Amino acid sequence: MSSPANNKVKVAILGSGNIGTDLMFKILREPGHMELALLAGIEPQSEGLARARALGINASHDGIQPILDDPAIRIVFDATSAHAHVRHAKLLREAGRIAIDLTPAARGPYVIPPVNLGAHLLEPNVNLITCGGQATIPLVHAVSRVATVDYAEMVSTIASLSAGPGTRQNIDEFTFTTARGLEVIGGAKSGKAIIILNPADPPILMRNTIYVMLAAEEADQAAIAASVEAMVTTVQAYVPGYRLRNRPVFETRETPAGRRLLVVMLLEVAGAGDYLPRYAGNLDIMTASARQVGEVFAQHLLKHPLPLNGGDR
Amino acid sequence: MGDAMTRSLKPPRLSDTTLRDGSHAMRHQFTREQVRAVVGALDQAGVPVIEVTHGDGLAGSSIQYGFSRTDEMELIEEACQTATQARIAALLLPGIGTRQELKEAIKRGIQVVRIATQCTEADISQQHFGMAKEMGLEAVGFLMMAHMRPPEFLAQQALLMEQYGADCVYVVDSAGALLPHEAAARVSALKRALKIQVGFHAHNNLGLGIGNTLAAVEAGADQIDGSLRGFGAGAGNAATELLAASLDKLGLNPGLDVFGLLNAAEFVVAPFMPFQPIPDRDSIAIGYAGVYSTFLLHAKRLGAKYGVDPLDIMVELGRRKTVAGQEDWILDVTLELAQQKASAAKAQALT
Repeated sequence: MSSPANNKVKVAILGSGNIGTDLMFKILREPGHMELALLAGIEPQSEGLARARALGINASHDGIQPILDDPAIRIVFDATSAHAHVRHAKLLREAGRIAIDLTPAARGPYVIPPVNLGAHLLEPNVNLITCGGQATIPLVHAVSRVATVDYAEMVSTIASLSAGPGTRQNIDEFTFTTARGLEVIGGAKSGKAIIILNPADPPILMRNTIYVMLAAEEADQAAIAASVEAMVTTVQAYVPGYRLRNRPVFETRETPAGRRLLVVMLLEVAGAGDYLPRYAGNLDIMTASARQVGEVFAQHLLKHPLPLNGGDR
Repeated sequence: MGDAMTRSLKPPRLSDTTLRDGSHAMRHQFTREQVRAVVGALDQAGVPVIEVTHGDGLAGSSIQYGFSRTDEMELIEEACQTATQARIAALLLPGIGTRQELKEAIKRGIQVVRIATQCTEADISQQHFGMAKEMGLEAVGFLMMAHMRPPEFLAQQALLMEQYGADCVYVVDSAGALLPHEAAARVSALKRALKIQVGFHAHNNLGLGIGNTLAAVEAGADQIDGSLRGFGAGAGNAATELLAASLDKLGLNPGLDVFGLLNAAEFVVAPFMPFQPIPDRDSIAIGYAGVYSTFLLHAKRLGAKYGVDPLDIMVELGRRKTVAGQEDWILDVTLELAQQKASAAKAQALT
């Protein structure tokens, strides 16, 4: 049961690895309308679980079971793996819980908090796409809401140390998923994603270059720049390390579709350093976005309490 | 011919990359006709493997790297239809291209795929080697920017590719930054560590394309790369026709028609080249600073646009330890240097 008495919704984090632990710190630092009831993992020796206990947070290594056993937990962040989430998604749906999926499993619609989250608040499961998607799709959307976008291309460069085995063994899936997000949520007719791992020491901050190709050779550059600037401010509200290194660069180029105006945006994402190192902006933007999605769902639940076991939603 | 030093060596296999690495120098404008002419000439001169792809590999056609004038799948198909004895290869950089494009290239007839990663990131290539071997291809691993890590480190990364199913792993001097003894040491380390073949891919930025390749052959390289007229990124590659001539004099000619390749370079490739890549001021700076050879034309274009010396851009990109594929950082660095220049000028005007 949500706890309208204290105006908080109980949430749990499933997965006690780097991502789950960083998310825990973020929620504890800025709980909003959430009350973190549990960090659940499967590894008894996990550092994340030890950290939770030290902070007085309930921690369990029994996987999803204690979450299913506690009907007061309404929102569950899944920071395990795509494979595990397929099973978790089904169990959580049957138990009437809302799942916020940080894995690439994509059992529910893709969400970008400032772009389309409002349209999916009745969904039992939403997916956070990819780190590169969370970083770049808002800016593509910022352009496409004021001009027609034919094509959007993003290049994400992340520190080697911040790319775990899941990303490394499934690098094609990053490409497919992010490109699809640029189209479906970003508003580009077609999208392309490129990811580069950089091993420099000290590690680099996450960097993204976003190229947006407009449908025409001319456009209202001032309107585009203003829209982009507004979006950066919006994202900064939940990802403080999100910043453009320069104002958007406009460039006319010959393309296979003819002469077109390009908007080039150079984006840097520094992490907040809650648990993960600052350079891992790619991981930080996932946990920061997840916290934001959780907060919006919590506020929605407090306003519109739903019956439990709403498995038929 | 052949002296004592080379007597124990066997002739290396040569892969020609005019139609892939040369795609950079061509700004990705190759036509079907050019592909047909080059493949025809190489095939006839006995070159066993010919690489045809966008310069940055499958799916490289982009704003970041430059759009292809003709879809690379059409060029691959043309090459496969033209070759009689040679096998056609495609390059794939995981993170840019995916198994989806690999599958399409296989459908168009490639028999060899060369899978390239930054020399520290071999473990992003497992799914691509998996598909290549499953579909019966010869799979070659490329460890790019090999000057950035010592020989033993490279050997560990090469072992990963061997585990994933590679038939050969190349030491790739993408920056043309290695000296001959460094190229040889890297090839030797891989030879000691691997059961599979070892290759070497050179760039001529320090004028050592041929020298490094011959040093690699002496160190036991089983495969080497060349391009006609050295047509490739930066100051280009080791010229195929020069390799053929020098291997022949060493007694290590793997069956290449030296005069046929001289003719191909002179009469087929030279006429369509927009320029002859040579180690000039900016290309030497690439080798010296140790940055990715393909940065050359992008840095020249942006340097001219924003009034910044390409040499300064290269040095700064080297200092930031940029890796293969990071062309977007050239704009970033150029804008920063242009701003610095503007504020310095302003300060000067005020004094």
